[in-house]
Amino acid sequence: MNFPKDLQYTRTHEWIRYQGDSAYIGITDYAQDQLGDLVFVNLPEEGDELMAGEPFADVESVKAVSDVNAPVTGVVEEVNEELADAPEAMNEDPYEAWFVKVGEISATVELMDAEAYEAFVAEEE
Amino acid sequence: MKLVFERSRAGRKTAYFPALDVPAWKPETPLRAEAPRLPELPETEVDRHYTELSKQTYGVNNGFYPLGSCTMKYNPKINEDMAALPGFTGLHPLQPMETVQGALQVMEDIEKYLCEITGMDAMTLQPAAGAHGEFTGLLLIKAYHKSRGDEKRTKIIVPDSAHGTNPASAAMAGFEVISIDSDAHGFVDLDALRQAVGENTAGLMLTNPNTVGLFDPHILEITQIVHEAGGLCYYDGANLNAVMGIARPGDMGFDVVHLNLHKTFSTPHGGGGPGSGPSGCKAFLAEFLPGMRAVDGKLERASRSIGDVRGFYGNFLVVVKALTYILTIGAAGVPETAANAVLNANYMKEKLKDLYPMAYDHVCMHEFVMSLEQMKKENGVTAMDIAKALLDGGIHPPTMYFPLIVHEALMVEPTETETKETLDEAVALFRQIHEEALRHPEIMAEKPEKTPIRRPDEVLAARSPVIRYAFED
Repeated sequence: MNFPKDLQYTRTHEWIRYQGDSAYIGITDYAQDQLGDLVFVNLPEEGDELMAGEPFADVESVKAVSDVNAPVTGVVEEVNEELADAPEAMNEDPYEAWFVKVGEISATVELMDAEAYEAFVAEEE
Repeated sequence: MKLVFERSRAGRKTAYFPALDVPAWKPETPLRAEAPRLPELPETEVDRHYTELSKQTYGVNNGFYPLGSCTMKYNPKINEDMAALPGFTGLHPLQPMETVQGALQVMEDIEKYLCEITGMDAMTLQPAAGAHGEFTGLLLIKAYHKSRGDEKRTKIIVPDSAHGTNPASAAMAGFEVISIDSDAHGFVDLDALRQAVGENTAGLMLTNPNTVGLFDPHILEITQIVHEAGGLCYYDGANLNAVMGIARPGDMGFDVVHLNLHKTFSTPHGGGGPGSGPSGCKAFLAEFLPGMRAVDGKLERASRSIGDVRGFYGNFLVVVKALTYILTIGAAGVPETAANAVLNANYMKEKLKDLYPMAYDHVCMHEFVMSLEQMKKENGVTAMDIAKALLDGGIHPPTMYFPLIVHEALMVEPTETETKETLDEAVALFRQIHEEALRHPEIMAEKPEKTPIRRPDEVLAARSPVIRYAFED
């Protein structure tokens, strides 16, 4: 299981990568492993407002549909439309398969660094 | 097997129409540019096609079908006989009232019986299936709050153990869904519920017994908490088979219910359907019911009806089958059915629990949930592998990976219509597969071996579905 050091993580298994005033958001390696083969992703639209801790997207595997929660409050600046056509990218390379780029960030949920998240996942196991 | 299009040859036919005895008429411009490409086959080929299809599928008539939460009980043939009576099959929904009194009697009688069983006061037969019944019930809740000018009530509370249709129906009806956690037994967490209710609460959706097969001991407190906050309580009737004739949703404090006639009341399910999902309510909601109800030999529309949710009277012939079932088993048979469903589930659970860890080792209701989590961790065999191996043993697998609160779940609902011998054979098969999984975990991923199709590529099917025949030209 992969836990890149340059990312921060949520208790609901999303990652966030800050870049200047904006941030990219996706789901973690552990999340994709638990969900299994992902076949569909429902993404928000540019300009949508995200609320920290609230669902902003959902992913569907052969087993189930799961919400993806926003780690931050902010506004969607960019949507990774390619992900909708190739949901398998979330399984193959979860840390490159970003969902949205968010700006105007005003609040965040409690975030963990890679080490803390790895320990958190070990506990979940 | 060959697809029906592959059997087709131009010009071959089966239908022999009687001579035209009305004036011929043809539209001046055809409604479509070209004729549809329907398969053309002689009757022998059609017959063989369907016989071949029937050999490739599996139903309650083939064997044990313990699909949890689906109540795959036997469908008595007398139901079909009654629904096939020409007085029912030849009806037109716009026939003069005096010529359809028998059909109205069917609608009145079943409404009376279903209300008696559920503790409701009125019911619509229009909804076509369970989720449609849920949607209808939620529209009643919406209409109620609106009629009182209480439009801030926009939230429906759903526990995380709920059937997936509950939050989906609530969202379809325009509500915001609030999910609350279950406690360690899969019951509603009362503190979480108390915190979730408020002046925005439109209602709570619940199934009881819940999705892990346990009767919620706090049910009266739950409905009271919701009522005190000004919300209404919705009962998902999917699990009614466990309690019908014994405990009534209406007495538990529920205001609205839906039933699945194709589960609890023995009408065919799935491809054998269609279904029927009547929605019932307490008297104070009856004025909002959709469609027409049969009352004293006449059809009446509720005074502030939400409108129609389906054409005319719903799946009427399914209703005939369900009424036949109720009349056949009678007032004593209704609770006896529930009791036997519960007995069968507990019998299997006790015979399996030393090998298959139970998610909740309580006396269960009509179904129980096992977790293969430990097996998966220790030797990599999943709930899916066990389910696939059961196919080779000639039984339908239980529901898998549901409820979502249990990992590697297998949810078994034997129903009351199975003999002890069938249950014993199934238990033996479950035990044998468990032993095999421990001894040869590596071969479990190869199961099933004897079915017409082995492991379909579900991921490919979901990502790139092929849903129509590709003609060569």
